[in-house]
Amino acid sequence: MSEKLYPVSVEVNGTLREALVTARLTLVDFLRDALRLTGTHAGCEHGICGACSVLLDGEPVRSCLMYAVQADGCSLTTIEGLARSDGTPGALQDAFCETHATQCGYCTPGMIIAAHALLQANPEPSEEEIREAIGGNLCRCTGYQQIVDAIKLAAETGKGKA
Amino acid sequence: MKAAPFEYTRPAKLAEACSLLAFHGPDAKLIAGGQSLVPMMAMRLARPAWLIDISRLAELQRIAAPAEQDADQDGVFAVGAGVRQCVMERDPRAHASLPLLAQALRWVGHAQTRNRGTIGGSIVHGDVSAEIALVACVLDATLELCDTSGVTEIPAREFFLAPMITAIAPEQCLTEIRIPVWRKPGGNTAHGCAFDEVSVRHGDFALVSACAQLAVDADGHCVRAALGIGGAAPVPLALPEIGWQLAGTRLDEQAISAAADAAVGLTDPEGDLHASADYRRHLARVLVLRVLRAAKQDAMNNLNGKRAG
Repeated sequence: MSEKLYPVSVEVNGTLREALVTARLTLVDFLRDALRLTGTHAGCEHGICGACSVLLDGEPVRSCLMYAVQADGCSLTTIEGLARSDGTPGALQDAFCETHATQCGYCTPGMIIAAHALLQANPEPSEEEIREAIGGNLCRCTGYQQIVDAIKLAAETGKGKA
Repeated sequence: MKAAPFEYTRPAKLAEACSLLAFHGPDAKLIAGGQSLVPMMAMRLARPAWLIDISRLAELQRIAAPAEQDADQDGVFAVGAGVRQCVMERDPRAHASLPLLAQALRWVGHAQTRNRGTIGGSIVHGDVSAEIALVACVLDATLELCDTSGVTEIPAREFFLAPMITAIAPEQCLTEIRIPVWRKPGGNTAHGCAFDEVSVRHGDFALVSACAQLAVDADGHCVRAALGIGGAAPVPLALPEIGWQLAGTRLDEQAISAAADAAVGLTDPEGDLHASADYRRHLARVLVLRVLRAAKQDAMNNLNGKRAG
């Protein structure tokens, strides 16, 4: 017996996307497999690592901790939505490059989503506030310092607003 | 790490959600923020055949602070079970009337999980180290449960039975949490509170947590005290008897130390791969000392602020 399908309608990076999904399809799998937006990474798939973070109605959430059906009618921003309109990296992404905040790159989209949400709410965060904002995101390469530096750089140059 | 198949429904009314729960029985689970349930389903520790999504029910989103803090009797702060943790974290009424809950919320998970996780969801999940559950027990909150036959109430202190096991029946929905707000302190009295915990990484499950709320007069005498410990027994521990013991003392190091010793005597921690039972007892003592000192300091600061104001 095939699984029942449910209609989902979400706005992703400004574009309305509609699909039929199984109830158990997580939002991260929906983004990656159905919409082919593979910038959002699936890490632990049980809410520990933060690699799958996306903005749901403007707030950072873990896309592995909700089902796509639950996002019906919502607005999503993924890492692809933070790029410039010509597809080149956005300002916060540039800051991550400048400070070598990316090594293997697996945590990077989640880190940038968390950092973006922080700078939207608080354009001049303290180091403690930066560390708190990325506290739910694991990085196994950088030791975090370059990531904190990148977010500081983006804040200092006002690039976080872009 | 994928959930087993299930069917999904998002009723528009609480009554409809209760009917569906009654109809499907233990095969159905309610989902609100899903920050505990979705990982359990991913690990197949939970395999409901039906998920009933209550996250958008307006009936569960009510926040009602007491109109004015009464000087003669305690007030009640009512929080709908579906209110997201991030909403309470930012609510100025919560900071004014329930500073202990406001402090505790900063320790709940991470910003990303607090944006989805709800106050009620954390309580019904029944994790022994959950911060919101501990505050509900320490402040002697009342929980409102609803099913097709109507509404019942249960004290938070009787709700938790064992790790992940609560008194809620499969057909019931937690609808509201009613938390007492201490009566307004008199002229020379002030309230203070503190929450602290030890975890491997900030935002992870606490190994042990503790919190305290005190009313202190101008001479430094404790007028009223509530405290408790999480993660050191099969349920969140409220310790009213130790609160009574502290009342009337000057909250000096001797009184605080005696309270911490007595508190540890009431714990019953389990050892696991994260921490031994002995280490958890050690943490319980250290954390009770810390929160009592910090809550006293907070009260003294509030008292000085009152005088200056």
